[in-house]
Amino acid sequence: MSVVIHEPGAVAEPEATAARGGVVWRAIRRRPSATLGLVVLGLLAAAALLAPWIAPYGLHEQVGPVFGRPSASHPLGLDDGGIDMVTLLMWGAQISLLVGFAATAFSMLIGGTVGILAGYFGGKVDVILMRITDYFLVIPDVPLMIVVAAIWGPSLSHIIIVIGILLWTSTARVLRAQVKSVRERTYVKRARALGAGHARIVLRHVLPQVAPLLIANTVLTVAVAIFDETALSFLGLGDPSRISLGKVIENAFQRAAISAGAWWAIVPPGALVAVIILSCSLIGGALEDALNPRLRVAHLGARSFRLRPLVGRSSEAL
Amino acid sequence: MRGADYVIKRVAFAVVTIAVALMINFALFRLAPGDAVANLSRVPHATPETRLALRREFGLDKSRGTQFVLYLKQLAHGNLGISFANQQPVSSNLTAAVKNTVPMVLLGTIFAIVFGTFTGVIAAWRRGTAVEGVSVTTALGFYSMPTHWLGLMLVILFAGTLPTGGLTNEFLINPSFMTHLRDLAAHITLPALTLGLVLFGEYTLIVRSAMLETLGEDYILTARAKGLSPWTIVRKHALRNAMLPVATLVALSLGYIVAGAILVETVFSWPGIGRAVYDAVLQRDYPMLQGAFLLLTISVVVCNLLADLLYFKLDPRITE
Repeated sequence: MSVVIHEPGAVAEPEATAARGGVVWRAIRRRPSATLGLVVLGLLAAAALLAPWIAPYGLHEQVGPVFGRPSASHPLGLDDGGIDMVTLLMWGAQISLLVGFAATAFSMLIGGTVGILAGYFGGKVDVILMRITDYFLVIPDVPLMIVVAAIWGPSLSHIIIVIGILLWTSTARVLRAQVKSVRERTYVKRARALGAGHARIVLRHVLPQVAPLLIANTVLTVAVAIFDETALSFLGLGDPSRISLGKVIENAFQRAAISAGAWWAIVPPGALVAVIILSCSLIGGALEDALNPRLRVAHLGARSFRLRPLVGRSSEAL
Repeated sequence: MRGADYVIKRVAFAVVTIAVALMINFALFRLAPGDAVANLSRVPHATPETRLALRREFGLDKSRGTQFVLYLKQLAHGNLGISFANQQPVSSNLTAAVKNTVPMVLLGTIFAIVFGTFTGVIAAWRRGTAVEGVSVTTALGFYSMPTHWLGLMLVILFAGTLPTGGLTNEFLINPSFMTHLRDLAAHITLPALTLGLVLFGEYTLIVRSAMLETLGEDYILTARAKGLSPWTIVRKHALRNAMLPVATLVALSLGYIVAGAILVETVFSWPGIGRAVYDAVLQRDYPMLQGAFLLLTISVVVCNLLADLLYFKLDPRITE
């Protein structure tokens, strides 16, 4: 499926670099929901990153009774250890975002490499890489994550690797399709005729062309990674020494916050996760729609499964 | 490529995938820190003789290759090992768990398909109106919520009205059939609803996208030009083609349903396969975990195969 983002030729010009960066911004600005998502995500990320300086209390500081009610000094109440919920949420969001972005970076590296190599070289390389991708696509990822995390032992870096290593498949497929169309464009052929090596063509001509799509995929994968971290933490597989949002939910559930009537210990962390995932979905969805309308259906399933592109399915498989 | 080739190719792919899953399943658990004996004999002062005897009993003194062959042989006989936790065969534990999981998951999925398709079609049909806005916002909301958290929210909302844990009320002694059934129905409501709502979000968004794509086709324009009523166009012309991806949706989303079931069953103490995975993780019950993972993987692979074949049946063009 060849989807033309720009007219070929227009892209080879030097000033096109600015225009390409502009693609992402324009796609977000054109859609109010995506703008909202970006603003919300930005504010949350700022609050999470600044937690050491702006958090009202200490992360391990008991400031009141167990499951203390919301009050003027503690707008969201206290948790099972008498720790201020606002403080906990800021630190938790920091770890959750860290896991989300680190795991995504990891999976983008794998997915990007596989997708670009398969699309660019085609032939045997393509067949082998796509076969491997297909296997990863079919094996249910959450149970596999659970098994690996259970065997490997709970630690933040393990969680990041486990999530990252299983989330790259949709990126690889999307990028491969895009690279396949890019490499047939005239300017790539010209570059090749002028004697450019594979590395140069990929880095200078192909990568910049697929970068916006890679960004769209990154944002969508962050949402999936954060969801998966929350799920693993809830199943007791999170790092016990690091408080993520998933861990906050798990603690509240394990310490019977619900029977204690302490809704404030359990509603806000999950709502925060939902807001983060929602923001990422809005941004990523808008980007993908703008860049690659054919994949409109596929991105919606990014979290759980990847619906294969509806058109040209068999040519995708080979 | 002809149809038969396509079918053979898909079946071969499924078989190879299962073989890969078997190897992963064998290798992963052999990589676990300490062998089974170290984990099993929590006896503080086990003598070397005891350890050796245990190691021999579990076949851990043999080479990796021999162990793999033995593993496959046992598997072929349906032997998945003995659970560390309750000393019962893993296969019978799993059978009991699956019996509880299937009705819950089916109920949730049917709920999601019915309401997701309905809402998705309406949203696409009424594009650009408030109806679409509300449907899409609701669907995106449910799509974004962590499954277990949504379950906990329902617990908070319905505590006191509906039972929030377990399969049946343990205090009903020798209930009549109807009472028992009503009790089961009450217990299954919240877990199934949680799963259903999360899937509902996903299905709505996908049906809407598929429907929008179809509504943009030329033959819809033709139908409109012929003067057909909008409802006829949707029902007779658009929905049929839009349902093509949706038909395979359920099987393809099985991986997600599996993840959802694990979380939902943990929240509601539903004694199914998901709960079994959770307990096995907590107790480091490796044979159970191994068996459950294998069962889940094989079901997902088989369902994917069925989805591929169904898609082929509905739309033979895909082999062209």
